[in-house]
Amino acid sequence: MTDQPENPLRDALADAIASNEVILFMKGTPEQPMCGFSARTCAALAATETEFAAVDVLADPRIRQELSSLSNWPTIPQLFVRGELVGGADIVGQMYESGELAAVLGAPATAGIDPLPETAEPGSAPPLQIENRLS
Amino acid sequence: MPTAAEVKARIESGIPGSEADVTSDDNVHFNARVAAAEFAGLSLVEQHRLVYAIFDEGELGGSIHALALTTEPR
Repeated sequence: MTDQPENPLRDALADAIASNEVILFMKGTPEQPMCGFSARTCAALAATETEFAAVDVLADPRIRQELSSLSNWPTIPQLFVRGELVGGADIVGQMYESGELAAVLGAPATAGIDPLPETAEPGSAPPLQIENRLS
Repeated sequence: MPTAAEVKARIESGIPGSEADVTSDDNVHFNARVAAAEFAGLSLVEQHRLVYAIFDEGELGGSIHALALTTEPR
């Protein structure tokens, strides 16, 4: 890959990651996840009662491509907390079970006790529509 | 479509000394549990990256539609 000096999408993604304390890149929306892995990750976040920003990568295929090159992570979902990649569905699930997710998120340490609900609770912020920033 | 045995072999040759248990019902969705000395001291993200790096660009999410991964140092 060569350096691309002008890359508005990459800048928009980096900006979204930097300016949202908890941000999830997923397939679909928290209300309507389009993939089991994204659904599970939303459910873990919802169970820790964390507010999070969400980006639907299905809105534009360039988002996923650019995100993976930015994060060095090939799959979706991807959870970032305070600018750091926490992981995908497996890591988030594992950290939820161990209680580590709540610790990373700064949520009350009650998570990990209840089994994960099947779907995410509503109440998370509406999806960031990064695709609208594409020219 | 790769078989679970092929995915296992690729992980084990990609991370020498590792041991991978790989299962799949359909040769598209895979479950892998990988134990490797190399994981010691690495974050979970770094451990998973080592496994992901074995596969070609586009392969994860492509012919390997999903790879549910658990890693552990040993």
